[in-house]
Amino acid sequence: MSDILKALIEIVGERGVSNTPEELWFYSRDPGVLTPHLPDYVVAPRTTEEVRKIVLLANREKIPVVPMGNGMSLTGLVIPLKGGIVLDMKRMNKILEVNAMARYAVVEGGTSQGVLKAYLQEHYPQLRHSIPDAPPTTTIAANAALHGQGRLTQQYGFNSEMVTGLEVVLPTGEVCLIGSPSLGPYWFSRGPTMPDLSALFLGWLGTTGIITKIGLRLYPNKKIRDVELFVTDRVDLIPDILYKLTHLEILEDVNVWFQPKPLMFQGNFHITLYFTGDTEEEIAFKRRMVWDALQEYMDSKDGGFMSVQYMKEMLMEMPQRGIADFADVPKGGGFEYSGPITIIEHFPQYAAKVVELAAKYDVLYASSARLISGGHCMMFSISFAFNRNDPAMMTRVKHALDEATAFALEMGGIPWKPNFMEQKMIMEKMDKNALKLLQMIKNNLDPQGIMNPGNWEVNS
Amino acid sequence: MYALQWKEKVCATCPSADCLLKCQYISFARHDEAHGEMMKVVRGEDSRVLHECATCYACEEYCKRGNHPFYLISERREERGMFTAPRPITNQWKNMTQMQGKYMVGQVKDKALSCCFIPDLGILGTGEIFKDVASAVAFGAEFMCPAVHTHFARMSVIKERLPIVIENFVKLGVKEVICLHDECYGTFTAIASAYGIDVPFKPVYYMDFLLSRMKEMKDRIKPLGIKAAYQRPCSNRLIPDKHPLVKEILDLIGVELPNREYQGENCLCCGEILRSVSGYKLADDVQERNLNDMVQTGAEYCVFNCPACQSSLSEKVAKKGLKPVHIIDLCKMALGEKERGVR
Repeated sequence: MSDILKALIEIVGERGVSNTPEELWFYSRDPGVLTPHLPDYVVAPRTTEEVRKIVLLANREKIPVVPMGNGMSLTGLVIPLKGGIVLDMKRMNKILEVNAMARYAVVEGGTSQGVLKAYLQEHYPQLRHSIPDAPPTTTIAANAALHGQGRLTQQYGFNSEMVTGLEVVLPTGEVCLIGSPSLGPYWFSRGPTMPDLSALFLGWLGTTGIITKIGLRLYPNKKIRDVELFVTDRVDLIPDILYKLTHLEILEDVNVWFQPKPLMFQGNFHITLYFTGDTEEEIAFKRRMVWDALQEYMDSKDGGFMSVQYMKEMLMEMPQRGIADFADVPKGGGFEYSGPITIIEHFPQYAAKVVELAAKYDVLYASSARLISGGHCMMFSISFAFNRNDPAMMTRVKHALDEATAFALEMGGIPWKPNFMEQKMIMEKMDKNALKLLQMIKNNLDPQGIMNPGNWEVNS
Repeated sequence: MYALQWKEKVCATCPSADCLLKCQYISFARHDEAHGEMMKVVRGEDSRVLHECATCYACEEYCKRGNHPFYLISERREERGMFTAPRPITNQWKNMTQMQGKYMVGQVKDKALSCCFIPDLGILGTGEIFKDVASAVAFGAEFMCPAVHTHFARMSVIKERLPIVIENFVKLGVKEVICLHDECYGTFTAIASAYGIDVPFKPVYYMDFLLSRMKEMKDRIKPLGIKAAYQRPCSNRLIPDKHPLVKEILDLIGVELPNREYQGENCLCCGEILRSVSGYKLADDVQERNLNDMVQTGAEYCVFNCPACQSSLSEKVAKKGLKPVHIIDLCKMALGEKERGVR
């Protein structure tokens, strides 16, 4: 047994460490198209103190550390590109506090979306958090760390904007409290009115520290949710339609999607509109507002509302599982997407690009855009399904995604949760002084370069 | 290509103009006004009827002279390139009901049980009532009556697809097709006849089948002793002679059918198509009047004939305190096969 393995066992116990080939195999990959890479160890800490000791050990031995939630980013963000320790955070899954009046929760860094959802449903049914359309096993901290989105993003912004405080283990082993918890017992603000230090960790994909606790805003959970589905066959109208809808300021979530299969969806762009209320009257009022806002498109016969009765159960799922069906259309259950953040007026160009790439690389597409912060921008997902047992198809998907990222950057968009190659493309295009600042921050926080190496690496 | 069989002279000499005077969605003050507008339609001219028709099918029933005013209105709309519903909705229906070879056929011999393209019908067509035919299911776009495209003024789709659907049944070697959807029976009888399309098998209306089976099992019926308001579907307007079957069946199982304003010829659409064609204001108004009328009768149940009506109205009738139920399920309840309650 190596000294490092012994030291890790000393920190977390025998059941918290593994270097067996079968377990390393699982931790070497994610469900996307990137090449797997084996870690040397998998470690599952239970406390912040254990995380701190592991980081100190890694610093001393110059071993890479890759913090991992559920590993579902699809873009290889937890594939240990340079080996080392994959730090599986899932055993740190306690809900530490819910402040119902101030509407925030504090959870440990490996707590899953599903655990918080279930806890709130049972104990605080009047509250909810912004659930991403990802499996419920995905974790809250990882989602925030990659600027994830959820069901409340249209109203309140990226899920990372809902963070109200952090506890972070720095790459050099110090434990840092960020925001209001650094001054007292309350987790209501991650920064204001102080400098917002949370920005040193959110969006950095685990390259500047390990989030061991996270405070998260909660929001009113209205008694009734409902949905409408507007369709149009004119892509050029989409930006105006979205502008009119967001002007209403009443929609919980807005998604625009199009796909060639099944046939009933072919040729149309679908806008799913969610709204909530505490009474039937409130729901009816909001529905009328939505219909009135889009009446002109119905009058011109360019758009209309679909009956949602048959699809309602699926549309109301939270998170939605429909993506799994899409992934299995070519059989073999794989899918990956490029999800650039961009402005809404570019929707028609992105939509055309998806269709072009699918034809060029002979792959199946589905696309969905989620509005962010009342329409300031959107996440436009360019999704391709593939058969995991078909390497040629996976390669075609990878090329299509690379081209999608290049297109997004040309259009002035920002790739979301970029893989290491896309990060390089971003840094090449980034303002040089901004890049220098990024490098200064990274080098100062992680002087040994041990945190998730290969990601946000300016020097490489 | 098949063509609608109708006669200009029949409309020109119509003494009543009932097709439009009785219309619940377009208002006419006088006979000559209604007659004049219909004659514009007949002559292929523009008419407010072409712009305002809500596609409720009712004029097919109002016209006692068999001249197919609704099909004619739909033909004229299509000739002029008009869309009743928004274009993407119209095309979506066309795509959704496209034959793609994804159909299901059971052990069909001389009879088939047509479930149209509606999965719910497969569940309804089970149990003791359907025991001899349940395994002879035919389901899918290949066996779907295309009548829904009348709502969208796309008679060309009907003329193109209906002969194929008929041929698909013929290929199964059937002599009889029991239609679980009103619209199918209406298509194989009324629409096919109006377009001169031959149907070389016997379409059987499911309520005829249901009544016959319930009579055979009369000894097992435990009268339900309930009151139910009936939601008559648009497609029943194509086969008005079959409407009395509802009362016969409900009488047999001890269900009182209370009188209400919106019944028989005066029934109201479930509203779902109105929502697509005319927008929410008309749809909400129609649904509200219809449901309040049901409530006022003191009915405990709202009984449906068409699964599409049931889908569009179930939640709404439940919120009004009525239990939504299909007439087949009511029969199953009377036989003790199904518990009382909402389906």
